[in-house]
Amino acid sequence: MPVLRWIRRNLIVIAGLLTLAYMILPNIVVMVFSFNKPNGRFNYAWQRFSLDAWKDPCGVADLCGSLSLSLQIAFWATLGATALGTAVAFALVRYRFRARGAISSLIFLPMAMPEVVMAASLLTLFLNMGAQLGFWTVLIAHLMFCLSFVVTAVKARVMSMDPRLEEAARDLYAGPVQTFVRVTLPIAAPGIAAGALLAFALSFDDFIITNFNAGSTVTFPMFVWGSAQRGTPVQINVIGTAMFIIAVTMVLVGQLIASRRKSNARN
Amino acid sequence: MTQQQTAGGDVRLVGISKTYGSFTAVQPLDLTVPQGSFFALLGASGCGKTTTLRMIAGLEEATTGTVYLGGKDITDLPPYKRPVNTVFQSYALFPHLDITENVAFGLRRRGIKSVKKQVDDMLELVQLGDFARRKPHQLSGGQQQRVAVARALINHPQVLLLDEPLGALDLKLRRQMQLELKRIQTEVGITFVHVTHDQEEAMTMADTVAVMNGGRVEQLGAPADLYENPRTTFVANFLGTSNLIAGEIVSTGEDLVVAAGGGKLTLPRERCSAPTTSGGRLLLGIRPEKISLAHADDADDIAAGCNRVTGRITDSSFIGVSTQYVVESPAGTALQVYEQNIERDSRLTPGAEVVLHWNPAHTFGLDAAQDIDAGATSVEDAE
Amino acid sequence: MSLTEAPPAPPAQPEEPRKLTLRKPSTRKRLIPYWLLLPGILWLLVFFALPLVYQASTSVQTGSLEQGFEVTWHFQTYVDALRDYYPQFIRSLLYAGTATILCLLLGYPLAYLIAFKAGRWRNLVLVLVIAPFFTSFLIRTLAWKTILADGGAVVDVLNTLHVLDVTSWLGWTESNRVLATPMAVVCGLTYNFLPFMILPLYTSLERIDGRLHEAAGDLYATPATTFRKVTFPLSMPGVVSGTLLTFIPASGDYVNAELLGSTDTKMVGSVIQSQFLRVLDYPTAAALSFILMAIVLLMVTFYIRRSGTEDLV
Repeated sequence: MPVLRWIRRNLIVIAGLLTLAYMILPNIVVMVFSFNKPNGRFNYAWQRFSLDAWKDPCGVADLCGSLSLSLQIAFWATLGATALGTAVAFALVRYRFRARGAISSLIFLPMAMPEVVMAASLLTLFLNMGAQLGFWTVLIAHLMFCLSFVVTAVKARVMSMDPRLEEAARDLYAGPVQTFVRVTLPIAAPGIAAGALLAFALSFDDFIITNFNAGSTVTFPMFVWGSAQRGTPVQINVIGTAMFIIAVTMVLVGQLIASRRKSNARN
Repeated sequence: MTQQQTAGGDVRLVGISKTYGSFTAVQPLDLTVPQGSFFALLGASGCGKTTTLRMIAGLEEATTGTVYLGGKDITDLPPYKRPVNTVFQSYALFPHLDITENVAFGLRRRGIKSVKKQVDDMLELVQLGDFARRKPHQLSGGQQQRVAVARALINHPQVLLLDEPLGALDLKLRRQMQLELKRIQTEVGITFVHVTHDQEEAMTMADTVAVMNGGRVEQLGAPADLYENPRTTFVANFLGTSNLIAGEIVSTGEDLVVAAGGGKLTLPRERCSAPTTSGGRLLLGIRPEKISLAHADDADDIAAGCNRVTGRITDSSFIGVSTQYVVESPAGTALQVYEQNIERDSRLTPGAEVVLHWNPAHTFGLDAAQDIDAGATSVEDAE
Repeated sequence: MSLTEAPPAPPAQPEEPRKLTLRKPSTRKRLIPYWLLLPGILWLLVFFALPLVYQASTSVQTGSLEQGFEVTWHFQTYVDALRDYYPQFIRSLLYAGTATILCLLLGYPLAYLIAFKAGRWRNLVLVLVIAPFFTSFLIRTLAWKTILADGGAVVDVLNTLHVLDVTSWLGWTESNRVLATPMAVVCGLTYNFLPFMILPLYTSLERIDGRLHEAAGDLYATPATTFRKVTFPLSMPGVVSGTLLTFIPASGDYVNAELLGSTDTKMVGSVIQSQFLRVLDYPTAAALSFILMAIVLLMVTFYIRRSGTEDLV
């Protein structure tokens, strides 16, 4: 049977594409249901097509407020984690110092621990210190768990960097600051950008740690969580779809620019 | 190499050394590189030559000693304050900058605003004018190498340091770049200090070669002088190939007579760097191309006064310009002989009984208290 | 080496005294790494390590919200917590383990596809793998409620194929519904953590030289043998970090269990959450989360040791 033989030969491709479909399916459902007009409070069953939610994405109380809060927290957490994480990564790769093993473990452990454990223990600390739960506690928590991921991403890049490039800069009359700004930073930039992007995504999408430490503050994921109990407005799907489209467009445009630049440089 | 006048731009190392923990990379070292010379530091990897270079550049802090440049103590100056530039091994071109910006880097750091003219001139000098806007990864190895040279030279350093600059190139390109570098050096007249493990490269390019081994300078001199008059077995073996024959001095005078391998060999006394007391041990050295080969049947035709060694050919390989023979004899088990392919004697095949003979004046003598095989590992192994 | 030091005639310089004093790197330079490390490490010490200490102390406290808690070294809390909640622990490890294996089985072909078969589509497929990240994972998890809904297409198909008969006999689903069953939870976990499996797998597969496949084929290996003897062993670093990145967060997750499951599918994360945020029994919550941490760290350490990829960190 030729069909069977074809399937056998392309088994990996078929299996891979099926997995891809499994991964994409919910996104498609989210997108389709952003055009739904549900009868009740829950947007789980298809009723009829409508553009209502797209016309008024902020039409639900607190939704856009929580979204902007999430973006703010993600922004500051990314900034902080990237700065601190980059410094740590450089120290780890470029210098010898005491307690190296202990420090490496301290960086690794937050990634090897279920979120709920970190969430609960951090809340214990805040309760013991009598801290007011809210924006600041969430920001502190996010910066903490993003840090390790930034260190890992930047470390990988710095490790593959030729130390002779910095020596060359120093040899060519660049002082320590100039060397860092003109050579080290531009070359490490892709790693730092990857770390920052990861930190942003992790912070923006975090639910468990936030849920423990936010008090009565409501971030976007917490809003979605709450609406799963109270009723899911279609606007959630609108926001989700918009985020998806914006991000994919940005990635594709970036790729296009990169390949354009590459072919230009070749000519 | 005894230039006594204090030229303005001499590099002088006084008692310079480098230790990492318990490992000594460079033993306390004194060295003078005269201004305008092309100086080569030659040695196998790990001999301390790159560390020495890096101490001149300021990239490595000297553990002891002083670095003088034109009479000024620069030991404690950071690299960016030294009028010294480096061409790095595998070039270290900045991947995020194009060729122009790579070359202009040093000028810009010193606050020079109008760099265009200088950069263009420099790219012209290294014949890369058309590549100004390319990124380093778009250039071939040889082109990258020239950018590295241009990037350093544009700053008009008092000394240019080259750290294995041709190591990443293939053989043919390497030969071409050797001549190119030599041309540039003659043109700009800057002192070049060149680190290499390739003895041919060092001899082709440099006016003075310092052979380094185990963190110290074994011998220093002009290439031809080093080749003809090695003072240690390391230099004899590392620079080209030497046949070293162990013997015992039987008589001293204008010429030394040495008993070796059942016969007697002579050498001029002034070519012996070892103590020459009668009855002392001695290593006798002769370069393979200085030896002539005669079939045992023709032994009577050999001129009188020649050094002679009888033996049997164990191996021969045809190289083109020459044929290389390996001869087994009482004087040594694997004597090397290179014969020019002018008139090939068809009897000289493995198994043939032969007589090696050479002019005694070509023989040199070394102290027998050394490792006879020092430096004999091939250059490829050392990489 | 003993050499006759034939001194290479260094011009004698009596005018300069030799500096034989050893130079030591300046203190300022030696302190640079510590300054770089300080802020980040301090942050982790105060907001990651210190909280664990606080939690350890909380777990052996007794008392009540009104009277306050006090350290009484009451280790009984651990015993009670384990006794009361061992089903949730076992369930968590079971669900997370199953999801991890499913992620590996589903993710490997896709990672392989991207690394070796995608050609010029490689970047597009990669974007599609990462793309779901850009929609909040809670929204996407809620979408599974629609997909697996009672009477929906998926349930219909599974019913027609009599799959649900088998799975309900195994206790994975009910006879006519998938939602609010273990299968729904595992399906959600698998879905949520698939990218964490695929990306490390892809990274290590991509590093494999394609010529190795040709070499294996040249040396009489069938495609299956090539995979077993060459490709898979070389992708082990990806397999190890992928499984860790999947198992660790999955074991503590309670979002999937709460959104897609029922009270019978509660995982230990749910318990910790409700003890902490609703029941306000801090000692029990702290003990539970410590037990979870200990189990996960033990398993991770054992796993890393066994797979011999300690340079993972």
